[in-house]
Amino acid sequence: MFTPAILIAAIFNGLLTGAVYALVALGLTLVYGVLHIINFAHGALLSAALFAAFFAFHQFGLDPYLAAFLLAPAFFACGYAFQRFVIGPASHGDDRNMLLVTLGIAIVIENALLYAFHADTRTIDVPYAFQSIDLGFTFLAVPRLVGFGAVFVVALLLWLIMAWTDTGKAIRAVAKERLGAELAGIDVAHIYAVTFGLGTACVAIAACLLIPTYYVNPSVGNAFVLIAFTIVVLGGMGSVPGALIGGLVTGVVESLSGLFLGDSLGQIGIFLIFILVLLVRPNGLFGAKA
Amino acid sequence: MTDSKMPVSRRKFLATTALGAAAAATGTVAMPSILRAQGAAVKLGVLHPVTGALSYSGQQGRLGATLAIEEINAAGGIKALGGAKLDPVLGDARSSPDGGTAEVEKMNSAGVSAIVGGYASSICLAVSQAASRYDLPYLVDVGVADSIVTRGLKNTFRFGPGFGVIAKTAIANLAAINDQAGKPAKTVMIVHEDSLFGSGVAKLLNAQLPQHGFSILETIAHPTPTRDFNNVVLKIKAQNPDIVIPANYYNEYVLLARTMQQQHVRPKGIYSVLGGAASSYKFLKEFPEAAKYIMDCNHWFDPRNPKALALKKKVEAKGQFFTYEVYLNYSCVQLVADALERGASADRAKIIAALASSTFAGHIMPYGPTKFVNGQNEGAAPANTQVLDNDIKVILPAAFANAKPVFPMPA
Repeated sequence: MFTPAILIAAIFNGLLTGAVYALVALGLTLVYGVLHIINFAHGALLSAALFAAFFAFHQFGLDPYLAAFLLAPAFFACGYAFQRFVIGPASHGDDRNMLLVTLGIAIVIENALLYAFHADTRTIDVPYAFQSIDLGFTFLAVPRLVGFGAVFVVALLLWLIMAWTDTGKAIRAVAKERLGAELAGIDVAHIYAVTFGLGTACVAIAACLLIPTYYVNPSVGNAFVLIAFTIVVLGGMGSVPGALIGGLVTGVVESLSGLFLGDSLGQIGIFLIFILVLLVRPNGLFGAKA
Repeated sequence: MTDSKMPVSRRKFLATTALGAAAAATGTVAMPSILRAQGAAVKLGVLHPVTGALSYSGQQGRLGATLAIEEINAAGGIKALGGAKLDPVLGDARSSPDGGTAEVEKMNSAGVSAIVGGYASSICLAVSQAASRYDLPYLVDVGVADSIVTRGLKNTFRFGPGFGVIAKTAIANLAAINDQAGKPAKTVMIVHEDSLFGSGVAKLLNAQLPQHGFSILETIAHPTPTRDFNNVVLKIKAQNPDIVIPANYYNEYVLLARTMQQQHVRPKGIYSVLGGAASSYKFLKEFPEAAKYIMDCNHWFDPRNPKALALKKKVEAKGQFFTYEVYLNYSCVQLVADALERGASADRAKIIAALASSTFAGHIMPYGPTKFVNGQNEGAAPANTQVLDNDIKVILPAAFANAKPVFPMPA
């Protein structure tokens, strides 16, 4: 039905798309793993980050890849502040409240963007947007390859932070046993905020990798966030390698099912696998036993 | 029981009679006030989805309508009504049919003489129905669904072309362009979004293109939004069609065109029907390379008309793109003003009568003579455009064209 060349091209394409899914999911899974809340504001934050990357390029001529070095710390600070001064205090220690607060933040961010920038779709035109590498049977777009590589660098950095720094150890301690960590003298509110900040920084980097080949409007984040939720559950709630592998698997499955079933039905493949994993391994591929 | 029932019904009775009396009173009072009000402002409802998913289009539509109102007022208002000014009553349909209906109620109680706008077909359907309850003249600005004007509503008028006419013209013109070039294209692939609009276009194309000697290799549907078009482009590449026909909205169109360029897919022609981006100045400005030579059959203004070019300049001076929402709404307001002149009255029934028999001319659209049949302007037609010399040119119909089609695309 399809020649091997198309199949291989579709798999490559799935891996490239999946890498960006993975990065969005990484931020989500981190927040879930530590704070045990689903961050509904994730999609809205992605939209906001895309706008930030857009304006960095549009107003200051800052290349999106360079902007990542600026936006990641800026969004870390935003995320930190959100958790420390809004979500944390407003939730009064109840996880369900946190969930609702993030939902509220999502609505506020999205509508603030709509008010400020209108529903207009915007794109940027970087000189390398159409550069591609010729593999003979297909072309791999350079910006997407850069994105693919960057995702692994970010994942590695995140792993290093978690494994080797004191903050990372504290994050893991809080994730495992909050009360114990608190008794050991760890400032839980601070660690929560750091984690939320890291998750938000992931979103900012994802935005910078996406913007050269994608578009931005106030509701664009939603297109990614549903898939990111799926990946988080697929890979195991709170698992960094799970998000990475889950993202890549999801990308390839989506690409192949899109090829065979048509793009309207392409999502079916993802959710079939999703249901299968939930049936066989309810904790996800890399999830710890509850 | 009867004791407790009686006062209620009496109260009800009193209330209804009081309302009736009040209505009668305002009715009798209103009649002479209109007669006396020669020169008083005529209220015109300007209804668009200015918030929500369709807000960009809605805001563009509002811009076109208000520009026309400003111009008419600056030129001395409605002369047949003693120089009465048009007074816009702005409304927001909030991107939903319910929102549109709610605005009709508000506008009706505000005493508008007519309503212009709607934008999306679903909103136009709801608004036309709500307005017909008050015999309130309603002018559809964009909504292309044919059912908007085929339900026998006496108050609803559409100045622009409907979906059926656009699709028919698109197919005939594609065949004409291909014949003119010596029939270089034989195979076609259709990429469409999978809701009413895209699927409708695809269905019509599948039925009619074979009659013109084209063979359709594949019809690919995709959802809105679609994040990635690489698979679609891989399929196009594998089948290598002569012509690719996209029928989708702006965002997906942009991604498709970019991906085709990334994958070095260059068919003999890209020809879209109501393409989201194909004839958009925004797309052209942001992706001049990807937009080159793309053809589209869509709403367009008359490029030879100096009034149209002046309006374009004015809109661009405001930092906005000259999109079809702008000039369609602009024209609709002019059409209402024309009907006010013809009927020499702000009375709703007289406006409807004046619209139904209107021969409105001197507008900026590339249409034939205005003639409304069941509310549809029979003179309305789409235009074929092509991106040439970093500009969007009209290539068909010949009477309005300012360039010749370049087909097949130069390598």
